[in-house]
Parts: sequence; C-alpha cells; structure tokens
Amino acid sequence: MNFEYSEEQNALKDSIVRWAQDNYSFEQRRVGADSDNGFSQNHYNTFAELGWLSVPFSEENGGYGGSVVDIAAVMEEFGKALVVEPVFPNLILFGGLLERSTNDAIKADLIPQVIDGSLMGAVALYEPQAHFDASNIATSATEDGKSYLISGHKSVVLGGAHAKKLIVVARTSGAQTDEDGLSLFLLDAGAAGVTVNAYPLMDGQQVADIHFDNASAQLIGDLGNASSAVKEVLTIAHVALAAEAVGLMEVLNRTTIEYTKTRKQFGVTISSFQVLQHRMVDTFMSYEQAKSLLIGTLVELTDDRTTPQRASKMVNALRTLIAKNGKHIGDEAIQLHGGMGLTDEMNVGHYHKRMMMINLMFGNGDFFQNQFNQVAYASECQ
Amino acid sequence: MDNNFSSADLEFQQEVRAFFKSAYTPELQVKVESGEDHKGVAIEWQNKLNDQGWFAVDWPVEVGGTGWTPVQKFIFETERCEAGAPDVVPFGVKMVAPVIFTFGNDEQKKRFLPRILTSQDWWCQGYSEPGAGSDLAALQTKAVKDGDDYLVTGAKIWTTYAQSADWIFCLVRTGTFEKRQQGISFLLIDMKSEGIQVNPIHSIDNHHSLNEVVFDNVRVPQENLIGVENQGWTYAKALLAHERTGIAGVAQCRNWLREISELARQQTNYKGLLIDDPQFQTRLSDIEIELMALEYLELRVLAKLSSGDTPGPESSLLKIKGTELQQLLQELRMQTIGAYSGSLHLDDFQSDLHRRGSNSRRAYMYGRAATIYGGSNEVQRNVIAKAVLGL
Repeated sequence: MNFEYSEEQNALKDSIVRWAQDNYSFEQRRVGADSDNGFSQNHYNTFAELGWLSVPFSEENGGYGGSVVDIAAVMEEFGKALVVEPVFPNLILFGGLLERSTNDAIKADLIPQVIDGSLMGAVALYEPQAHFDASNIATSATEDGKSYLISGHKSVVLGGAHAKKLIVVARTSGAQTDEDGLSLFLLDAGAAGVTVNAYPLMDGQQVADIHFDNASAQLIGDLGNASSAVKEVLTIAHVALAAEAVGLMEVLNRTTIEYTKTRKQFGVTISSFQVLQHRMVDTFMSYEQAKSLLIGTLVELTDDRTTPQRASKMVNALRTLIAKNGKHIGDEAIQLHGGMGLTDEMNVGHYHKRMMMINLMFGNGDFFQNQFNQVAYASECQ
Repeated sequence: MDNNFSSADLEFQQEVRAFFKSAYTPELQVKVESGEDHKGVAIEWQNKLNDQGWFAVDWPVEVGGTGWTPVQKFIFETERCEAGAPDVVPFGVKMVAPVIFTFGNDEQKKRFLPRILTSQDWWCQGYSEPGAGSDLAALQTKAVKDGDDYLVTGAKIWTTYAQSADWIFCLVRTGTFEKRQQGISFLLIDMKSEGIQVNPIHSIDNHHSLNEVVFDNVRVPQENLIGVENQGWTYAKALLAHERTGIAGVAQCRNWLREISELARQQTNYKGLLIDDPQFQTRLSDIEIELMALEYLELRVLAKLSSGDTPGPESSLLKIKGTELQQLLQELRMQTIGAYSGSLHLDDFQSDLHRRGSNSRRAYMYGRAATIYGGSNEVQRNVIAKAVLGL
C-alpha cells in the first residue's frame, strides 16, 4: 500500500517546480497570457525541450510512455503554476485521439510534431445543442471518393484558435444522440470550408467555435466506432483536469493563509480570528478530500482488477467533488482576501477563474453527479 | 501508487472474515439488537474475542495484546463492520489500558490488565466536569493527600456506563501551577468506595447511558496513582490521540449506506422505487462521494502510520469529516425508513421496519454526541488551525 508519487514522478514534478520558480512568476506568466497569442511559444518550446510534452505518448510513438498517474503528476504541478500554455488540448485531447487512430502513417507523421512542440492541434467534439453530452453530434460526414465532406458547428473548441490540425468527431450513421455511428476525421484548420471564429475564455484559453461547410477530411479511425476512443480520452481528460484543479486548490489555500497572516484589521492580523480560522480549516479539509479522491482514482484506474463500472464511479465521483470543493475553496479565497480578492492584480482571482473553467469542461458538478447516480444506484443497472 | 495489501495481510483478512462469520452468531445478533442487558451481552461478545486472542487489539504482545500492525487493525475493524458485529466497550480495553501499560508500574499492570482482558472489571471515564468540557484543563475535582491516601472531592459528568462500572479513571487536580495543565494527576478509583454517588442523566435517545458521578471525600490509596503526580495531563493527551484514530468510522458509514440503499430498493413512492428518485439519489451520492474520499484519506493516514509515523493532526481531520458524515447518514437512514423511525420500542418489535426505525432513531439521537465527544469538532478545528495551518 503506497499513496505517494514514485521517485521518477517526483523528479518530473520537481523539474516543473524548478522551472516555474525561475521562469513563471505571476508577473512573468502575465507577459505570455496578455500577449496577442495568449501564451508564450518560448515557454511551450521549453516544455518540449524538457520532455514534458512526451509524457502521455507511448514509447512506440516516441513518447515517455506515461501512465495516468504520470499525467496527473504533471498536471498537478501545471495547476500550481497556473500554466496557460495549451498543454491540455494538445497532449490530452488531440494527442490522445491521435494515439487511438488506426492510421499508422498519420501517427508516425504527427505525434513527433506534437512531442517536439511544433504542431498545435485541437479536437472538435462538443456542439452548441449538446450541453455536456459527447454523443449528441449533428455534424455529419459523407463519403466523397477517398475522403469525407464534413458539415456542422463545433462549440468552444479548446486550443481551436491556434490549431493547425483538427480532429473532428462527426456522425457517419445513426440518430443524433446515438453512441454508435461516430467517426474520427483529420483536416487542416485552414482547409476550404472551415471557418474558425476564435475568442478567449476567462482563464486565458484561446478557443474557437468552428463551422464546417462541406470541408474535405480524412478518416483516421474505424468507421462508426469512435465513441470508445472518445470515452477513453475523456476519462484521462477528467483525471488530468482534476489533478490540475487539486494543484489550484493547494495554491489558493496557501495564498489565502499567508494573506490572512499579514493583513491587519482592528489592530491584529485577521488570521487570529477564530471565525476565519475555522473557514480555512474547512477549505483545507475540502482540499484533503479532493486530493485523497484523486489518489484513490489514480490507484484504481491503474489496477487491472477495477471493473469499468467501478472506474466510471470513481471518475464521476472525483469530478463531482472537484466541482463542489473547487468552488468552495475559490470562493473562500476571494472572500478572505476581501476587496483585494476582487482585483486583477492578485493571483487568487486568476486561479479561481481557471477552477471555474475546469468545472465547466466536459461536464459540471450536476452532470457528473447525475452520471454517478446512474452508475451507482439506478435500479435497472443493478 | 497502489492499494494492495501484502499476501500476509490478505490471508489475515480471510482469517478474520471467517472468525466473525462463525463467532457472531444469529442468536448473539438478536441479543445485541434487542439492547437488553447491555453489559451482559457485551461481556459475552468480548469474551469470545478474548478467547480468540483478539480483544486487546491495541495492546503489545508482552501484556496480552495482539501486537497487530496498523494495517491489521484496519482490516480487523473493517471486517467487524462488514459482519455487523458490535464494537467493544472502549473504556477499559481501549482507553485506560494503554495508559496503564505505558505509564503504570508493574504492580498496576499485574493488578488491572488481566481483569480488563477478561472483562471482569468494567471501567468508566472521569474526565469532563460540569465546568470543564472541551476546556478540559479547567477541571476542579481535587485530590488532597491524607496519610497514604488521597481524599477526592468534586464531580464528573457525561460518564458513560458509570451505573454499571467497577472502576473509574479520573483526571484530578493535585496542585496549582501557573500553567493549568500542570497539577493534574491520573487516578484510578474503585466505584464501590464510600462517598461516590452516581446520578443518572437521561438522554434524548430515551436511554440511560450517561451519568454524573459525585465524589465527597472519597478515600483513594496513593498506589492507585498512575505515573508521577501532577503529570496526568501528558498521559491523558497520549490517550486522546488514541481516541481520535479510528474515530472516522468509515466502515460503519459504509454499513449504513448499504442499508439505506437496500431499503430504498424496497420502498416505493408514487413514481416507483425510492432508489430511482433523482432527489433521493443526489442526497445519497452527496454523502457517498464524500465517504469515498474519506476512505482514501484514512488509507493515506494508515499508510503513513505503517511506515512508522505517529498519528498527528490528520486524526482531527478524520474525526471532523467522519462524524459529520455519520450524522448525515443517520439522518438519511431515518428519512428512508419513514415514520417508523419515530418508534420508541426497544424490544418486541412488531416488524422489521419497527426494529430498523427504532434503531435508526436511537442512532440519530445519540449520534449527536459524536461531534461533541473526544474534543468537540469546533475544538478539533482549533487544533488543525494551530497545528497544521500555523494560524
């Protein structure tokens, strides 16, 4: 029984900590975040040089061969540093689906470019009418000789503003909400029939709504069978976001405790007030609970004996708790900072905005709790 | 990262599981749940455990205990709850015994420990006083030297099972110092001594387990002092840390959760089964998800203990979260059973729902104590604020 990261994982984490200490203070981070690009390409290149971008990819594809635990270790540290560079959409989403493609030539061509930082990609999955249902897909793909023609509207595509390549999940058969009949397609973001309407999110991400009008694309997976690959990638994405959120929580709590120890009112530091102490104990418990469930999920997902039902229960529980406790910790951090918590110059607001975006990505707390209830209780599932 | 027990621990788990299956018989279960003759039934069960050598879970082998590792204790406790078997009455075996074998002299160990093992002596705890609850150091019960004895005068309160106890272990004031924690001594007192009066306190669970114990010049031989005079606070603090580990009650919570969801599969509301009601599901998962997290928090603490760390302020976290979840489950259990949960019957239940209802009412009502005893949850928050967060 062991719930700590391994020596290798700690070394990986330490390398991120050291880099962030020297290069990524809140002010240094802002230079990239406030630029037209929305992030620093230099930093992103450094991530590639230090090998961090290779972590999720298998060794046969030139990667580090990292497990979900390795991914979580990296994402937790990126969360602590509030990294705005588009690691998540490139590695976890685009890279994740790319690895699950059945087209070896494309994998051999593109994965090395993701690992060396030269290729930006994005996954066009969710649609405006679908809320958080990843199978509710109206975007269609119809056969056109050797390729397919894609038509439809994809919403809030993460990394969509900078992507050179897009993987589109489109319907090749079935009704709009069927899990079957979905397929993966690859095309250039600049291809004819593709309109990219980019905009920033409150956490600094550069995203886009993307419209496809008979855009020509290449099938890169088994026809009609994309949903299992999408589900696998989303499971890893959920854990990666949860790990990042746990990193955010740690910093929010630490920053708040430090602030209350220096801020004086009524002639004393406000950390001496019992009413505030108890609130900070509660946010500390929220963090410890979230961290514990993250660790539990990592342990069970990497255990062969875990059933798919149990894995689904763990992941949905984790994201439900992250949504609840993340909001709790973020709101309290701002409240305990008082008026300063509302200012753009303090980092707590920025951490909280990232937390809020995580809690809207691929599901919110209600969505995940509902999923949990279906798996855990619904009588027809027993 | 992994949550695998060693193969030796897995074997141990099978052994424990088999023991509970054969030892906790249906006849015993009926007796336990009737609530009648609490002491007699508890002794019967404790003797079964002791015959197996598994009663003194926390004791080292030299004094007759199991000498188990933290993981073995965890497995034992989990299996006990899975089997639905009752916990032991803690005051002797879990509370005073560790103080005696850690800080007592050989004479005291020989005199008291064997009789605790065989449940011949029944103990109660004399800490809280009418004027000293969470602020334990405010205690005023006095012990004044008189020849070879102490004369003890004062009052203790919330004393569970004092009405059937043979002995009480007390914190008493033997000196006055600038620091209130000094001048407190740890004294063992025979409940048959002259000058002791036990006044029952009837509690909101319609039950009598609590008492006030009044001492009026009670003569106690000095040989009943544990360790050094005026050092009792140190001994008691060591014991309190004991009390807080395992207080999360995760395994017990899982039992209630299972019972609730089983009941909800039998109950129908106007739409169908209660378990399919989305609002009910959400109430249940609010608790279950927190419990899944707490389970891993407890395992993380356990893993730390196994690698040789001593239980620290994390046990305060476990206490707060565990007791809060216990209370939420006690409430939801009543809600699920419905109006039968008001049933005051203690025996002769008309139906299974009467029995469950009455049990759930008692658990809820007495369960309010869980966030108060062992240092109230507010005091636990003070502990974490100071010891962990440095506030």
